[in-house]
Amino acid sequence: MTAVTVYVPRDAAALSVGAEEVAIAIAQECAARKIELKLIRNGSRGACWLEPLVEVATPQGRVAYGPVSVGDVPGLFAADFLNGKGHQLFLGLTDEIPWFASQQRLTFARVGIVDPASVADFVANGGYQGLRRALSMTPQAIVQAVLDSGLRGRGGAAFPTGIKWKTVLDQAVEQKFVTCNADEGDSGTFSDRMLMEGDPLCLIEGMTIAGIAVGATQGYIYLRAEYPHAYRVLNAAIEAAYQARYLGSDVLGSGKRFDLEVRLGAGAYVCGEETSMLQSLEGKRGEVRVRPPLPAINGLFMKPTIVNNVMTFGSVPTIIQHGAEFYKNFGMGRSRGTLPLQLAGNIKRGGLIERAFGVSLRELLYDYGGGSASGRPIRAVQVGGPLGAFIPASQFDVLIDYEALSGIGALLGHGGIVAFDDTVDMAEMARYAMEFCAIESCGKCTPCRIGSTRGVEVIEKIMNGIDSERNLALLENLCDTMLVGSLCGLGGMTPFPVQSAIKHFREDFRAKAPLKRAG
Amino acid sequence: MLPEQSEIVRRIVADMKDRPGPLIELLHAVQAALGHVPADAVPIVAEALNLSRAEVHGVVTFYHFFRETPPGKHTVHICRAEACQSMGANGLVAHAKKRLGVDFHETTADGVFSLEPVFCLGNCALSPAAMIDDQLYGRVTPERFDQLVAEKKQ
Repeated sequence: MTAVTVYVPRDAAALSVGAEEVAIAIAQECAARKIELKLIRNGSRGACWLEPLVEVATPQGRVAYGPVSVGDVPGLFAADFLNGKGHQLFLGLTDEIPWFASQQRLTFARVGIVDPASVADFVANGGYQGLRRALSMTPQAIVQAVLDSGLRGRGGAAFPTGIKWKTVLDQAVEQKFVTCNADEGDSGTFSDRMLMEGDPLCLIEGMTIAGIAVGATQGYIYLRAEYPHAYRVLNAAIEAAYQARYLGSDVLGSGKRFDLEVRLGAGAYVCGEETSMLQSLEGKRGEVRVRPPLPAINGLFMKPTIVNNVMTFGSVPTIIQHGAEFYKNFGMGRSRGTLPLQLAGNIKRGGLIERAFGVSLRELLYDYGGGSASGRPIRAVQVGGPLGAFIPASQFDVLIDYEALSGIGALLGHGGIVAFDDTVDMAEMARYAMEFCAIESCGKCTPCRIGSTRGVEVIEKIMNGIDSERNLALLENLCDTMLVGSLCGLGGMTPFPVQSAIKHFREDFRAKAPLKRAG
Repeated sequence: MLPEQSEIVRRIVADMKDRPGPLIELLHAVQAALGHVPADAVPIVAEALNLSRAEVHGVVTFYHFFRETPPGKHTVHICRAEACQSMGANGLVAHAKKRLGVDFHETTADGVFSLEPVFCLGNCALSPAAMIDDQLYGRVTPERFDQLVAEKKQ
């Protein structure tokens, strides 16, 4: 009898709700029944609401069961799940579950499918085709393809990636660097983590292509310390890539060198800002640098440096493998390609949804998300992390597109979508935005360092009913100062959630409790 | 710092000082070995890297992850960010403080738990999230928190 193949994710989110215990229970049950088991620890398919999602390989395809808890395992065996039979957790063929079937997965094509630790599995599923093609192209042609694809930085700033790469390519300097910003600090985002844990070789391939394109021989992945699991997976994948000669002094026998290592951050949100990240990579305080000079000219150790997000590098293999035209045909307006969106917070069916630009926020929240987890109406949605604007229900028809969102005073950022039900206190959310900025400010510029603390105080006064109207005017004024006077996005964008909360939810900015007389 | 601790710091410094931009990596190694970055380690590191004590101290204190005092046996991080707030993180934080009898950045009297806030653990579709040592947990209700704490205490 041949072995039965069962998939139980080892993604941190799946582990956080008991995937390890489920994997152990399945292995023990198979051992007791003398069934030969091939247990593959894949990444997460992205449907966090179905985790732990267990899949069984059948002649018809992979059949899914979820969410599975340890207590369900005996029942699954009794129902003969190893042959894909029915059970109350039976979900049918994974690929036919509507939540997955309607997605357009390019960057996440292999995530949840392959064994993240296996180079052979990666290659068998289309991996390293992009790098092979890149090695047959001139550096200029690679950069041109990235430029023509319309790819824009997925970290949040949406700057055309090809222009960054071209600037680095044009520097006649021997030592250049490729750095990956994996300091995914925005609340509501986890796509970087999922790719690094579920298909780390995709990121490694994208960075290697970047190195070949601009003539950089050293890459660094700046990973946040809050992701210890991703750290282990990435290091294992890098080691495997070296063993298979996809990294090192002679990439695929081309004679070209590319070395790669992971460096850990140490819990500072501001290090997601690119110049602050470079300071941190150099081992310094993560204080923002004044630009110019641009990192593409004077970046890491003052050498020309590419700084891109995990999702940006993760899009590159597809672009090089299938061509700029293929990628460009996804999307709308100036937002080309696909975006891995992350549905989070108070939502029934949260997780990762990769779609071409142009899907509506409403479709994401209700068709994929199924509304709030609490069953109450969704009152507000914050898109783009802690510096993103709050969007009221009246604007849920907005399309996921950089320009469409900025048209309503919001931003897309890294694609995180956090839903709140009608119990949310928007004045408290505004206060929190200022508090977060005060905690995370690097301290270099005054509007951010001091403005954020004053912001907390002013909002607390408003919440306590002290001179509310006058203090609201003062708060607006403070927001303007931070907006125009800050050195980077942290101070410069903290006003977005605050101003949008005031604009759309002004009724929340009033005394919460009977006013107590001071003194 | 005990003599054996200084020895550990000196060994880490000797191993790592010639790497490019080594300070943060080096501090991670010190904290991994000793549980924290003792004040006495700062001059040893500073001298080896040809930095001032102020520069090294500045880095240690800039980053939330580095701690200058020994942690409890287990470190509990609770996410305070927006997605977790939307699912009751503030209530969980209040519960955890009461249950452990400490505030953030403090360690329980029996030395078992240190409690720290964290801003996003990347588990935002399974909020509220917490991390105990290196293990991530999702959908952490107050009841589940008590259960996890009880397991760790054994």
